[in-house]
Amino acid sequence: MKCRVCREKAVIQIRRHNANFCKPHFIAHVRRQVERTIADYSMIAPGDRLLLGVSGGKDSLALWDILTELGYRVDGVYLHLGIGEYSSDSLRFSQTFAEERGLRLEVVDLPADYGFSVPEAARASHRTACSACGLSKRYILNRVAVEGGYDTLVMGHNLDDEAATLFSNVLQWNLEYLARQHPVLPAADGLTKKIKPLIRVAERETAAYAVLSGIEYEVEECPMAAGNTINRYKEWLNRLEEESPGIKAQFLKGFLDRGSKAFREGGPPELVACESCGSPTTGAVCAFCRLRDVTLVEIRRRETA
Amino acid sequence: MKVILRQPRREIELEGVRRVRDLLKRLDIVAESVLVIRGDELLTIDEPLSDDDVVELRPVISGGAR
Ligand code: SF4
Ligand SMILES: [Zn+2]
Ligand SMILES: [Zn+2]
Repeated sequence: MKCRVCREKAVIQIRRHNANFCKPHFIAHVRRQVERTIADYSMIAPGDRLLLGVSGGKDSLALWDILTELGYRVDGVYLHLGIGEYSSDSLRFSQTFAEERGLRLEVVDLPADYGFSVPEAARASHRTACSACGLSKRYILNRVAVEGGYDTLVMGHNLDDEAATLFSNVLQWNLEYLARQHPVLPAADGLTKKIKPLIRVAERETAAYAVLSGIEYEVEECPMAAGNTINRYKEWLNRLEEESPGIKAQFLKGFLDRGSKAFREGGPPELVACESCGSPTTGAVCAFCRLRDVTLVEIRRRETA
Repeated sequence: MKVILRQPRREIELEGVRRVRDLLKRLDIVAESVLVIRGDELLTIDEPLSDDDVVELRPVISGGAR
C-alpha cells in the first residue's frame, strides 16, 4: 500500500476516505481534520482560554498534542476516579505527557476531594459505574472550568464515541440526550461552553496518531467497562464499517447536519441553581449532589455497621 | 510468530500466518477495531508476516458511556 500523497509505503489505510497514508502525511491529515472541524463549527474564538478533559487514554492525549501543534495553548484537567491501578496508571500517563511538554495539568481527586470513588458511587446509587462516572466527570470538569475562568471545555470524544452514543440514543429514542448531542454546546448560566474537536477522527485513527507520535497512553481498559453497552455498539458498528466503509461517519454526519435540529425544538430546558452547590440544574438539587449524598450516607452506614 | 494481545495483556504463538489480513481473520478480529504494531511501525492489512515476527494487536475501542 502506498501513501496517497507521496507514494511512499503507507502505515495506515483509511477506507472511508479511500486513502492510505505514510506517517508524516497521516499526522498532517489528522491535524487538518481537527483544524477543519474547529473552523466548521466555530469552536474556538481567538483568545479563548481552553481546558481539556484529560483521561490518560489515546483520545485526550492525542487531542492535546494536536491542539498544541495547531498553535493553541490548552491546559488539562485530570479527574482521579478512584478505580485502583487503572486510575493511578492513567494519571501517570497524563502527568508524564504534560511534564514532557511543559503543559499545565490540574488533578482533581474524587475520593480525596469529594469523599467517594466511582465504584462506591455506583454501589450506593444502583447506577452503572459508567453512569456514576460520567455524571461525576461532567459535573467536576465543568466546575473546574467555571472556577478557573476558562471559556471552553474541550473533550476528546471521537467519531466512534459519538456514533455509538447516537446509536444508543436512537435505539432508546432518548429525546433529551438526542437534543443535547452536539459537537458544540454553548455556554449557559453556570455551564462552560463545551466542544468536541475529534468528532471526525475515528477511534482507530486517534490510537494510530498516538502510537505514531510516540505518545504513551493507557492501553488497558477501565475494569468497570467490561460488557459496557457502548463498547459493544462500537464493535458492531465496526463490523458494519468493514462491509460499508464510511457508514459510521455518514450516520453521525447525517444526524448532525439534518437530524439533530428536530430534537432541539423548544429550546434548552430552563436551568436553576442547585440548592446544595449552586451549579446549574433542572431540578432543585443537582444530580451530582444527589449522587454524592446517597454515596456518603452509604459509606457511613457501612463504616458503622 | 508471537502475537501480543491486550486488555488484558497476554501472548499467543501462531505459525504460518502469511499476511496481517490472515492473522486478523484467524483470530476473528475486525481490522477497524485494532492497530497492528510491529516494533515501532504500524502494519497495513497487506503486510507480509513471518514466523519470527512479534506483533501486537492493540484494541482501539475504549471508553464506555461518558
Ligand atoms: S469505563 Fe466507565 S467507569 Fe471506567 S472510566 Fe470510562 S466511563 Fe468511567
Ligand atoms: Zn506520504
Ligand atoms: Zn449540586
